[in-house]
Amino acid sequence: MTEITYRSKPSGTQLMRKLSSFRSFVVRLFRENPLGAIGAVVCLIFLFAAIFADLLAPYGFNQIMPSNRTKPPSWQFWFGTDHLGRDIFSRVLYGARLSIIIALAASMLATIISVVIGIITGYLGGKIDMIAQRFVDAWMSFPDIVILIVVVAVVGPGMLQIILVLGCLYGVAGSRIIRSAVLSVREQSFIHAAQSIGGSNTRVIWRHILPNIMPPIIVLFTMRVGAVILVEAALSFLGLGVPPPTPTWGGMLTGSARNYMYLAPWMAIAPGICLTIVVFSVNMFGDALRDLLDPRMSGTR
Amino acid sequence: MASTPLLQVRNLTTQFGSGAGAFTAVNDITFDVNAGETVAIVGESGSGKSVTALSILRLVPTPPGHIVAGEVVFEGIDLLKLSDAEMRAVRGNRIAMIFQEPMTSLNPSLTIGLQIAEPVNLHKGMPWNMAYKKAKELLERVRMPDAQGRLNTNPHQFSGGMRQRIMIAMALACEPKLIIADEPTTALDVTVQAQILELLKELTHETGAALILITHDLGVVARYADRVCVMYGGKIVETADACDLYERPMHPYTRGLMASIPRLDQPAGVRLVPIIGQPPNLAQLPPGCAFNPRCSEAAERCRRDTPNLMKAGDGHSHACWMVPHG
Repeated sequence: MTEITYRSKPSGTQLMRKLSSFRSFVVRLFRENPLGAIGAVVCLIFLFAAIFADLLAPYGFNQIMPSNRTKPPSWQFWFGTDHLGRDIFSRVLYGARLSIIIALAASMLATIISVVIGIITGYLGGKIDMIAQRFVDAWMSFPDIVILIVVVAVVGPGMLQIILVLGCLYGVAGSRIIRSAVLSVREQSFIHAAQSIGGSNTRVIWRHILPNIMPPIIVLFTMRVGAVILVEAALSFLGLGVPPPTPTWGGMLTGSARNYMYLAPWMAIAPGICLTIVVFSVNMFGDALRDLLDPRMSGTR
Repeated sequence: MASTPLLQVRNLTTQFGSGAGAFTAVNDITFDVNAGETVAIVGESGSGKSVTALSILRLVPTPPGHIVAGEVVFEGIDLLKLSDAEMRAVRGNRIAMIFQEPMTSLNPSLTIGLQIAEPVNLHKGMPWNMAYKKAKELLERVRMPDAQGRLNTNPHQFSGGMRQRIMIAMALACEPKLIIADEPTTALDVTVQAQILELLKELTHETGAALILITHDLGVVARYADRVCVMYGGKIVETADACDLYERPMHPYTRGLMASIPRLDQPAGVRLVPIIGQPPNLAQLPPGCAFNPRCSEAAERCRRDTPNLMKAGDGHSHACWMVPHG
């Protein structure tokens, strides 16, 4: 019976199998790692909030209401208002957009750069490894913040610059971690076995090395998300981030919020809590993902 | 048997390192493997058995190692002259290899179905769903219970013996003409060892594949091999039909090996005779015969000239100055 359906609709069953494996993955996530599941849900909520900020925000992010300056949280203004009379809840929603875009894009770029450099140098070894790693040494000997300041000074502040610079900075630095993971996997005998059945380098890398270095890749990515959000905050603090009045969490946290710390603490608390929650939940989800993808951690199905 | 052998290894020499630290792991070895035949390569650790196997498949890790000289003629083609792509088409397809440690030779993050199907997909261009069915058949052939259900499990759920069965299934996937088994049973329990070897013997017999069995266990050799090459210090020191070798071992090293294993037919209380000394350091082989420092029969000539393999009749050859030839 299954035989017949299998033959008549191969592509359909393929899709079904993918869907059902995704569903079983979600079920396992919730059952085996509820903390990670909460992290995933929180991440999704923030992503959703960021994407639909236009619809969700009760006020414009730059809408100034002079009569409502530094109002504490209330039913009208959920997170209160700032010193210019702007609704902080709306600004947090819009800020999520930029902060999350920057965090995800820069971390993704950084991780891809790390994986490419790490695999090439770790797997091929020899002279290529030698040369590339000296280049990485040189790169890492510059303080991050100096490179950032120089780049921003030359091309001006903006989201794209921050993404590219942070992506490259963290990417090159992280390649060491990936390289060391590749080195330890490469020496295992299943890699020799894969070569002995006639696999080409790309095949061995793609099918045998990459799946086995997923844990460090995931951890690297989730760590980067937190780090990028924080560095973006630091840059805004120095006036090198996304220029005001565009709201970013870092900017809201470190801008005029400092001057009003005693008068209106909610100005710093709201973006600070959001930042903490996102970083924490991304880390939780990353850990859960790492555990679930490791076949040794799961029981027999 | 009169036709040309399936595999002819001629004067194969493999070195590691370069300059002063260089040493020759495999030194000028020559042997044949006929179609369907089981040839055992026996020797101590460091005698060059595994490097021989890796050299045949050109899998010697090269920065340090490289094949310096010789020919490996397989089905009339010298493998050492093939391009990398052509060589990949031979590996796993015409010649398959089974590794020593079943615990680490399977990729822990892929299902075993995927791993057995991989060579079929790679070499025969079979689509994955077909290759999966083939993988199931292969698992059944290596006597894996519940083959269908096991396809989607990961290697960590299997014991060593089971994993070695999976490795055998992978090796058989493309119906190779030659299987090289590099100490396939050293990491296994004694009871499982016999099962695995029996299975290997049976399956190679069914498919008509030749087998190169690398081992240090003379008991294994006696039972499963047709012919035996004894290696010492990177050279083959004696080769003969298995029965012949046991009946009249000629080289002092082979005789030493025989004397150092327990036998059922020897009277109780008789002590085993070990071979005195250590296996040679390949980087500093003694002049002359590599075995001379440990050999009780060594004479002046043994310390001066290196003996080569010489015929001693009945397909029996050995490399010793002191034992008569022909």
